[in-house]
Amino acid sequence: MANDPNNSAVALTVRNLSVFFGKNAAVKNVSLDIAAKAVTAIIGPSGCGKSTFLRALNRMHELNPEARMEGEIRLCGDDIYSRSVESVTVRRRIGMVFQKSNPFPTMSIVENVTVGLRLNGVNNRKMLAERTEQSLRMAALWDEVKDRLNAPAISLSGGQQQRLCIARALAVQPEVLLMDEPASALDPLATAKIEDLIMELKKNYTIVIVTHNMQQAARASDFTAFFYLGELVEFGSTTKIFTSPAKKQTEDYVTGRFG
Amino acid sequence: MNLKTTAAKTGPHFGDSAFKWLTLCMALSIFVLVALIGFELASGSKLAMHKFGWHFLTTSNWDPGNDVYCAAPFIFGTLVSSLIALVIAVPISIATAVYLTELAPQWLRQPLTMFIELLAAVPSVILGLWGIFVMVPWLHNHLVPVLGKSLGFLPLFQGPNYGPCMLAAGIILAIMIIPIITSVSREILRSVPGLQREAAYALGATRWEVTRIAVLSYAKKGIFGAVILGLGRALGETMAVTMVIGNIPQIVPSLFAPASTQASVIANEFNEATSAMLTSALFEIGLVLLGVTVIVNALAQLLLKTFAGPGAKPQQ
Amino acid sequence: MTAPNHRWRNFKNVLMQIIAFSCAILVVTPLVLVFYHLAKLGFSSINVAFFTQLPKPVGELGGGMGNAIAGTFTLLAQAAIIGVPVGVLGGVFLSEYGGTRLNWAIRFAADILNGVPSITWGIVVYALLVVPMHGYSALAGGFVLGMMMIPLVMRTTEEVLQLVPASYREAALALGIAKWKTIVQIVIRTALKGIVTGVLLALARVAGETAPLLFTALGNQFWARNLTEPISALPLQIFAYAISPYDDWHRQAWAGALVLLLFVLAINIGVRFLTRDRFQPKT
Repeated sequence: MANDPNNSAVALTVRNLSVFFGKNAAVKNVSLDIAAKAVTAIIGPSGCGKSTFLRALNRMHELNPEARMEGEIRLCGDDIYSRSVESVTVRRRIGMVFQKSNPFPTMSIVENVTVGLRLNGVNNRKMLAERTEQSLRMAALWDEVKDRLNAPAISLSGGQQQRLCIARALAVQPEVLLMDEPASALDPLATAKIEDLIMELKKNYTIVIVTHNMQQAARASDFTAFFYLGELVEFGSTTKIFTSPAKKQTEDYVTGRFG
Repeated sequence: MNLKTTAAKTGPHFGDSAFKWLTLCMALSIFVLVALIGFELASGSKLAMHKFGWHFLTTSNWDPGNDVYCAAPFIFGTLVSSLIALVIAVPISIATAVYLTELAPQWLRQPLTMFIELLAAVPSVILGLWGIFVMVPWLHNHLVPVLGKSLGFLPLFQGPNYGPCMLAAGIILAIMIIPIITSVSREILRSVPGLQREAAYALGATRWEVTRIAVLSYAKKGIFGAVILGLGRALGETMAVTMVIGNIPQIVPSLFAPASTQASVIANEFNEATSAMLTSALFEIGLVLLGVTVIVNALAQLLLKTFAGPGAKPQQ
Repeated sequence: MTAPNHRWRNFKNVLMQIIAFSCAILVVTPLVLVFYHLAKLGFSSINVAFFTQLPKPVGELGGGMGNAIAGTFTLLAQAAIIGVPVGVLGGVFLSEYGGTRLNWAIRFAADILNGVPSITWGIVVYALLVVPMHGYSALAGGFVLGMMMIPLVMRTTEEVLQLVPASYREAALALGIAKWKTIVQIVIRTALKGIVTGVLLALARVAGETAPLLFTALGNQFWARNLTEPISALPLQIFAYAISPYDDWHRQAWAGALVLLLFVLAINIGVRFLTRDRFQPKT
């Protein structure tokens, strides 16, 4: 059972991760294991380093010349920051969905879904068509768009666009999917759809989701990590964190006493 | 699940480096162009610099028969025509910019702005053509006599007028720089935060007072930058000026007299120059012109950038 | 309750508004007048012959500016070949790569270049190309126009690329797409309309330039047979005819000016229609 904290399959191991911007340490010495085919939620108040942590997992900080990293992150045993590994390779195995949906505006729905594949050299039309349908089904968007795959991507509603971005990320068949507050810009109905989607996806993917919405974390995740001021305060199964947390700080946060 | 084996065949690394170097080389061409201009002008001027030294800039002895040349009449012409242009253009441009941003009805703003920007796109030679056949005759027949009668006590407005003259050049330059100064000023005024205006209104100020107190004084630096930008444009303008200024190298106080600017003398004399000294003198005049316009433009950029809100951008 | 000087203030208020409005009218007037005169004096001379024939010798009526029009297009084509790749790719560098200091220096230099008088470009390329080649040529003309386009296109490309939101770049990179592909296929593609607009405006700008061509392309009363010969161009022809003493040439100058102005305005107005926001997501 994915909810079993003793489940031995671990997708990502993080050891002593610190992320610095200039002199500031945004993430300080964090170690944890991300379980495979489960949902791990990262929670904490604003500015606690959760997004920074998430972005370290797919080497997104390399876009920022002032960022510096220490520590180690391994995907199924492979060091993702090793010099012999291209960041591009890492990002194909570890995908990301962003807070605000950002489908490419000059492309249609199907072009958006397949862009990751096409730009990496996949040209086989049959395969592209198959993956398109597969990814859109997994993102629970297929039925809504199957008759207008060539329509501009921006003609979709906000919630649909976000699901399109999820389909786009899934099309390259990553092993891990990182989600940075994926529903924060959506209305409650669309948010519920995203959460249902996450529950489905975890059957096949490892998911790490950053959220400032605690109820969402409680509803949708199997494991929860609580961050505060850049440090990992507590990590464990969601049930435990929300019902009997070990640390007082955690308890204060999840019961709403601060944050 | 071995990460290394999923790397693409010719790794993106090569494509990334190649593309980066390609774009870098293209961008560095800017420096090549700058060096080219400086070098060619300097080496072209060597002959004249050698013969005339610094006096070149201060004497007004233009004597092609004896192969003697100078720059002073042209520097005079450039400066005076640009000054006239500024005197005419600045108040009109700022007033128009104010009109566009503060006073015009909403439906009029976009079309009027676009119209003024189109005026900036009119090629110089076309304005010159209009200048020769429409404006200069009008000036000669109508404006000059009036000015001569009413303001004739000033040396500026004395003297004979046969058509092409300094005043004509000044006016046509004004027409050319008004769109730039207006456009840039408009951007500057638009970037003034609404809070400033609201504060003034809240004090019971009239519309004009709000504009004067909250907008214009806040935007002073930027507007000054816009004016300097216009000046830079006026200094270098060639065709329209050549066609209406008369092209006589002389320094006289009358606006009704023909004159010559640095740009116009180059345009007129360069191709016919049989003397190497003349060609070199023209290069040197060009070098001086370049130096002045570069400094003026740099000043304008500095003013605009240090004032600017997010909307200001360098005008073409 | 009203201030003692409020009548004077109100008067000033209205007066200033009238003055501002009058100035706006004053600004608009020259373009209207120019257009009016061009239309009045030039329109009647525009016919098929104007576009296809060569100028006739002095004294003979008729003829056209066919060579000048063809010459302008030839020069613009050359200018585009030089100006577009260098300008666009340079703009890409400024927007997507480069350290802050280098980029600042390039931008500053480009802005300075944009302010260099066009006649200066002319004498520089004269020394650079015309002298070694022992003659004026279309190549030199195209070259100088191309060089003038480079800083223009570079800056407009950079500005347009900067408008593409960072999230698109991030999304593409997060998909494991290589950086250069991200730039070419995603960023440039999103900004394409703006880039094309910048190029078209730069072309319209150099199409109207006369001064640099005076010392490079020189002008030609006949068709240029190849690129190493002097070539005619609309602005050059207009200038030559305008300062000539012949009435018939003056008439043709008006016609040529009308054609040139329509061409330039068509591009300027056209790009404004192109860039009306249609495909941009409203955020």
